[in-house]
Amino acid sequence: MTRTKRVKTASWRNRENLTGYAFVAPMLLGLILITIVPAILSLIVSFSDWSFIQGLDQFKFVGFKNYSRLFSDQVFMTSFKNNIVLLLVVPIQLIISLALAIIIDKFVYWKSFFKVVFFMPYISSIVAVAIVFQLLFAPSYGPINKALESLGVANPPKWLADLHYALPSVMIIMVWVGIGFCLIVYLAALQAIPRDMYEAADIDGAGQWSRFWKITLPMVSPTTFYLLVTGFISTFKAFDIIMVLTQGGPSYSTSVITYDLYTTAFVSLKTGYASSMAWVLFACVLLITVIQWIGQKKWVNY
Amino acid sequence: MRNQISAGRIIITIVMLVIGIAFLLPFIWMISASFKPEIDVFKYPIEWIPRHWNVYQNYRDVWFGDHPFAVYYWNSIKVCVLTTLISVTVSSLAAYGFTHVEFKGRNALFIIVLMTFMIPSYSIIVPQFILFTWLQLFDTHLGLILLGSFSALGTFMLRQFFLGLHKEYLEAAVIDGAGHLKIFRSIALPLVKPALATYAILRFIWTWNDYTNPLIFIRTDTLETIQVAIQKFASESGVFYSLIMAGTVSAILPLIVIFIIGQKQVIEGIALGGVKG
Repeated sequence: MTRTKRVKTASWRNRENLTGYAFVAPMLLGLILITIVPAILSLIVSFSDWSFIQGLDQFKFVGFKNYSRLFSDQVFMTSFKNNIVLLLVVPIQLIISLALAIIIDKFVYWKSFFKVVFFMPYISSIVAVAIVFQLLFAPSYGPINKALESLGVANPPKWLADLHYALPSVMIIMVWVGIGFCLIVYLAALQAIPRDMYEAADIDGAGQWSRFWKITLPMVSPTTFYLLVTGFISTFKAFDIIMVLTQGGPSYSTSVITYDLYTTAFVSLKTGYASSMAWVLFACVLLITVIQWIGQKKWVNY
Repeated sequence: MRNQISAGRIIITIVMLVIGIAFLLPFIWMISASFKPEIDVFKYPIEWIPRHWNVYQNYRDVWFGDHPFAVYYWNSIKVCVLTTLISVTVSSLAAYGFTHVEFKGRNALFIIVLMTFMIPSYSIIVPQFILFTWLQLFDTHLGLILLGSFSALGTFMLRQFFLGLHKEYLEAAVIDGAGHLKIFRSIALPLVKPALATYAILRFIWTWNDYTNPLIFIRTDTLETIQVAIQKFASESGVFYSLIMAGTVSAILPLIVIFIIGQKQVIEGIALGGVKG
């Protein structure tokens, strides 16, 4: 540390303190109002059976009843299970985007053009994307099924209208939307690999395939790990796409925790119960973050 | 040898072009459908280039019809611009404070800011709703703007850039007797301009695409922003798919424009944040 030698008088310290608080105050006050107070309120309410249409005098604590009720709640358990299935989106996304990133990095002309192409779905609004896919996936008149029929598929799936295909259809769209982000991050990681590592491999006579397994894959493993974690967290936050595309249907086959939370809070108006869902959601995200902290040290080859 | 490699490269580029076009087919279909009269939308084989054009009527109906997109557009622009301005200001102030001012409790406060980043927004949306009703911020644009303006992410991202500034450079100014506000405005801020641009563009895009907050915090139809408006429009106008597609094109278009202008900033910002983790 090189610090200018200066007598730090008490009055200087005082002024520095006040200046510091002034600089961070707007952000802190905003966060207190928007995030911290609501988080505390949500925790308190999750132990009550309160509804916000009731007055505060109706407020009554019920202990852990909301939380224990979650386990026997069919809809919530289905939503939770769907969230777990949605995690599959992330590895699929990573494999496709790593492959594309390697090809774009080394084997094509117009690199930045391809970056833009694959990034397009990521910046587009998920609402617009969901509406477009709703039409593309339409069972009888949608272009996807028309194309499948003309290719000789006799009974193409009903996609979003089918109990078994609805969730996979949502997953296809999620993969499509998320590829761009992973691709950009992977490209940056690939460009950070020192050239001489590959040159050394060339001298050893390593082929493309072993270069990939021995150099590229280990070198991008911190990135893979980061993308895996942020990807998992973002699947738990998926709401817009479900709300616009399927509203959790058909018969809850695409319901997720956030959607169940939304309907419980704003349609059934069960504030307390919805808050307990909110904390289960938070716990899931926290668990993934903790696994990240531990895992970062153990599993990643730097 | 060199020629051979190029030949391979051209072939791979062509293959990738085909994959790229296939990847963008949903967009191409959307744009093409928004140009057609209604009866042509689901014709098969698909008329990628419309045989009959209906561009003017479609877009006029969407922009100035029963659900006037002009109004929702204006609402969205207002909310996005103000959110971005406030968020960039507040975040850069805090980021500077957390890096270059030595005040008591700095690390503890910074950890609190980082911790708020871990709370998923859906976990606190219900109490936010109640709080905003009490504070009479429900169903106002101010409420929406406040919701989007305070993000730990902005503080964290800009702090990374402020950390990169040479300390000696700033301390020289301190010795000259300049106060922190002056150093912040005339030295630190200009030096991190690219980072500010990146964050501003990303914040604008995120706010533009935000659907959940307007869905929950806005009730009056004329205050609606574009994402909720397009969804309501789609579910209410039933079978007018060409109009719905004109709506989705309108909702995405500004982003495409911003993205193409600020492409470098967006991609670098994402790549940087990503690799750093």
